[in-house]
Amino acid sequence: MSRPKQDTIDPQVRTAETKSSAYWALRGARAMVSIPAMILTAAFVGYAGLARESGLSLGETLAMTGMVWALPSIVVLTGAITGGASLLTAAVAVALASVRLMPMTVALMPMLKVDGRTKRWQLLIASHFVAVTAWVYAMKNLPSLPREARLPFFLGFGGGITSFVFVMTGVSYLLIEDMPAIVAGALFLLTPVYFTCSLWGASRLSSDKAAMILGLVLGPIFFVVVPGLDLLWTGLAGGTAAYLGVKGYGRYSR
Amino acid sequence: MSESWWWPYVMIVVAGWLATDIWRWLGVIVGNRLREDSEILIWVRAVATALVAGVISRLILFPTGALASSPLALRIAAAVIGFVAFLYFKQRVVVGVLVAEAALVVGWLLI
Repeated sequence: MSRPKQDTIDPQVRTAETKSSAYWALRGARAMVSIPAMILTAAFVGYAGLARESGLSLGETLAMTGMVWALPSIVVLTGAITGGASLLTAAVAVALASVRLMPMTVALMPMLKVDGRTKRWQLLIASHFVAVTAWVYAMKNLPSLPREARLPFFLGFGGGITSFVFVMTGVSYLLIEDMPAIVAGALFLLTPVYFTCSLWGASRLSSDKAAMILGLVLGPIFFVVVPGLDLLWTGLAGGTAAYLGVKGYGRYSR
Repeated sequence: MSESWWWPYVMIVVAGWLATDIWRWLGVIVGNRLREDSEILIWVRAVATALVAGVISRLILFPTGALASSPLALRIAAAVIGFVAFLYFKQRVVVGVLVAEAALVVGWLLI
């Protein structure tokens, strides 16, 4: 390294130009030993218990973990398979549960790409890792990285955390016979609390914070009023109201 | 047909993988055209944030699995206490998570 001194002072920013993609991918993968990774793992350990109770085989559980990679959608699909739903019914239910991934991906992409250099296929691969945990982590941490570093970092992070969770899901499927309700319940609570804290931390704009508060309130209301489409409506209504409200407020206070 | 060993895997590929990743791919195609500072992206961010917040409150209010057997008030209290601790201790996520977990377990054992 030509500038070793600066490396120790500020490795993230100063050496952005001199570091390779592989370096950033490794840095991302290193984040698989992190709080979000631990929490996601705990959530999937809880899911492994549910899958086993539901009568899914180890292979089916792992195939879902790796291929779907979004816990709410996985839970919906588990219900559909064990409930004997038809292929079409299951696909519609899962598609509805997964619509949320689209606005999340849309919001993330401009942050990941380098204009004129990033290829679309690279983003298509990266998009598979978009799930709430990785998204919240990326929205919170990517802006502080140099632009060239973001895509390799996200790929390293996504690939690392997926592999780790995949292995841990398999291990816990084999080990967990019968989890006490209080332990399983505590595992299930980890996810929403982690989401709450880190989503708040990732909100830079006041419109994001307003959207989060509105979403928390509207979510259960729409869940009762329009089950199935509730998340979509929560996002559209809460997000639009937050966006317009903050914009209008800014105009008045100016 | 649904008795054969491979049928669940067809379900997983079609109803799981395709039904999920299609939205991510659409997100790439749309998001690839947006600039990071565009007004529409601020709106999309707000929509995505509200949506994730909706997932959160659903997980707490209408949980599946073992958490469903805990009292609703206890779940809400644990989450709120955790979030307040998170805000109070310089927004450290680990503090929020541990405090909420402690509140849930202690409350559950006391009830």
